[in-house]
Amino acid sequence: MKLQVLYFAWLRERIGLGREDVVTEAATVADLIAELRAREDRYDLAFSDMTAVRCAVDQTLMPLDTSLVGAREVAFFPPMTGG
Amino acid sequence: MSTPSIRVVVSEDDFDLGTEATALEAGPDTGAVVTFTGRVRDVADGLRHMQIEHYPGMTDAALTDIAQQAIARWPLSGVTVIHRYGKLRPGDRIMMVATASRHRDAAFESAAFLMDYLKSRAPFWKKEVTDQGEGWVASCDRDEAALDRWGKP
Repeated sequence: MKLQVLYFAWLRERIGLGREDVVTEAATVADLIAELRAREDRYDLAFSDMTAVRCAVDQTLMPLDTSLVGAREVAFFPPMTGG
Repeated sequence: MSTPSIRVVVSEDDFDLGTEATALEAGPDTGAVVTFTGRVRDVADGLRHMQIEHYPGMTDAALTDIAQQAIARWPLSGVTVIHRYGKLRPGDRIMMVATASRHRDAAFESAAFLMDYLKSRAPFWKKEVTDQGEGWVASCDRDEAALDRWGKP
């Protein structure tokens, strides 16, 4: 499947891009992260502290064990700091 | 009470507090309007500006969802949530929430609820740029703990 993957804030800066298409067979968000980390050092570094990473699947905040079946868009970002 | 109004604005532009508050005064049933305004404050190193990033596809829906949760919990006649993004300078307004109800308790409590949820559930990230460099603002445990009093899902 093809996913649109988005990165925000320091994840975007460490990985060096804001969005990309990823072709993957990952079953869950956690599997996708493992695939990305295996790609290159910059991904590995960006995801090295998972306590500081949140994710949204199709624009809804979800836990990392969420299934990717039917998903189109996955976003990774640090804890939000609005207000 | 008629259907509560929800107004959500995500914009680079400034807003007018008076206009927004007055807009919630519609109807003779509204006995209380509470507003909260968040502003960019200076930091020890001297803030040049703050850069606020957001997730365009998700932000409107997340703010609307938070407003709907407030309406489900309190008898409100209206909710307004405005959040800016982009480059903001010390003293600039960042955001506001406003709530309207028959009585003040519901208006005060729901405004506090909206703020607590906005802090850690709306997809915004702040970066501070000072003369010494730049850095992303870290979330604090206090913000997450603030959700506990509302029985966070």
